[in-house]
Amino acid sequence: MIEVKDLVKKYGDTTAVDHLSFAVEPGRITGFLGPNGAGKSTTMRLILGLDRPTSGNALIDGKPYRDLRDPLRYVGALLEARAVHGGRSAFNHLLYLAQTQGVPKKRVSEVLDLVGLSAVAGKRTKGFSLGMGQRLGIAAALLGDPEILILDEPVNGLDPEGVLWIRQLLKALASDGRTIFVSSHLMNEMAVTADHLIVIGRGKLQADMPVGQFIAQFSDTAVLVRTPHADSFRAAVGERGWSVANTNDAGALIVTGSTAPQIGELAAERGLVLHELTPQKASLEEAYMELTRESGEFAHRSAPVLGGSDGRA
Amino acid sequence: MAARDSVLTPTTMQAAGTGHAHFGRLLLAEWTKIRSVRSTYWSLIALIIAFLFFSWLFPYLTVSNWKQATPTQQANLIEDPIGSIMSSGLFVGQLAVAILGVMVTASEYSTGMIRSTLLASPHRVRMLAAKSIVFALLILVIGEVIAFAGFFIGRQTFKSLLTVNLSSGDVRQVFGVGLYLGMLGLFSLVLGSLIRHVAGAITGIVALLLVISNLIQLIPGRVGKYLYTYEPTNAGFAIIGKRLPDNFLISSWEGYGVFAAWTALLWALAAYLLVRRDA
Repeated sequence: MIEVKDLVKKYGDTTAVDHLSFAVEPGRITGFLGPNGAGKSTTMRLILGLDRPTSGNALIDGKPYRDLRDPLRYVGALLEARAVHGGRSAFNHLLYLAQTQGVPKKRVSEVLDLVGLSAVAGKRTKGFSLGMGQRLGIAAALLGDPEILILDEPVNGLDPEGVLWIRQLLKALASDGRTIFVSSHLMNEMAVTADHLIVIGRGKLQADMPVGQFIAQFSDTAVLVRTPHADSFRAAVGERGWSVANTNDAGALIVTGSTAPQIGELAAERGLVLHELTPQKASLEEAYMELTRESGEFAHRSAPVLGGSDGRA
Repeated sequence: MAARDSVLTPTTMQAAGTGHAHFGRLLLAEWTKIRSVRSTYWSLIALIIAFLFFSWLFPYLTVSNWKQATPTQQANLIEDPIGSIMSSGLFVGQLAVAILGVMVTASEYSTGMIRSTLLASPHRVRMLAAKSIVFALLILVIGEVIAFAGFFIGRQTFKSLLTVNLSSGDVRQVFGVGLYLGMLGLFSLVLGSLIRHVAGAITGIVALLLVISNLIQLIPGRVGKYLYTYEPTNAGFAIIGKRLPDNFLISSWEGYGVFAAWTALLWALAAYLLVRRDA
């Protein structure tokens, strides 16, 4: 269980994390989504005690990370930034970590085997590819057999086979009842991996809900409506508890939480003329972009670019 | 779940311990870190070769050019033969220790390793303490071994000219080599932790050892003498001296105490900043 309470992190004038509160529950994969620069990595670093919060706190099973004894046995973490000395072999890197926790040496070989790096265990890590480095990071995260895993962009740099491997590994770990918190800037990856989503933009919470609900709320059920009776229509929709929003196109409204037939029937019931009634087939990716567009650090009105390196996002 | 039974559940894990992680574990882990990178071996080999070579070279040149030496030079040598064996090797060899000391901490920042380190050991001061002890002891032990090896090499080389004995007062000059190097290693390690940048920290420590410590003598008057005496590495170097320079205001042991005090002060500052700063 990870709890983030009213967390704030400022770097000078920049607010990277802005009064963020959420909880990550065990037994499921919680996806942590947001565009580059949204504050995902910073939030994870605050949870892991690497950075100090400006205010608020982040707790692991009720304690700050810095107060955990043998922390790698509670929490395994894969950070996005490189966290190994390139001159040290993979085996010795893991051996160091194991020794700090009183984890037996045999476990080092075990996790190297698990991630498929046994053959290069004695090689210095500076020669590792991005994918191998990522596998080493996962090995380090699994070393202490932790109940909680925090993974920052784990599929970065992996080939399709590796992406599938991570996905299956995370699902297996979650079904053990472990707490899995995994960040990504790719909605589609999260849609197939995560059970629950926490979406942030500019350090602020945008959504915290099951993936199914996110899909229902932000994609298929949006309906575009044109009516000359906008005010009466809004009132009628409001009575049903659906939400309605303006669009950039004056005169067009977007209704969410309902379907086109339901809206048509409501309009007929109230005698409201409709000029257009179009279900919006937005993909999940589009829905997510829509949600975070305004809040991305490098917000583009036309085409949000979600690729590339994330840095301290 | 099958995965838990087959691959994920470790066959080798014991239950998580209670209480704070044993400090012994951190010492062992830091030892693993130091012995598993090549820079340690290169630096120590450089130290050993440089120190032993100069322990031979200076006495050899002295013996072969004895007739050209001025009476003052001859008198100085006869008064303090151990100092002349030790000082040139130490002056060169100290650079290897200083650079390695800086690397032990600063390279963690340049490689990103510090993040792994602090995830494993979030009680940062304990980690710094473990690292300090392991590194300082390693250098102390190697320093003492080369000190005595260098002493015997120098004594053999001087044999035709004069007999060098270890009287009780002079033992300090030999032991002092390990003491000085151990403290310098710790001082450099702390500097690396404060500056967090390999090139910057190396520049800083080399400038201090080779430039600042000497330039400071040019400042006239009492202020110059104070600055010269209390500059940390000059103060520490006095531990291997017999007759200290006139502008050096305190005794050998007092000098070493000053060096230790500087190191302790900077260590405390490094520990404070390590806890305060984001990694």
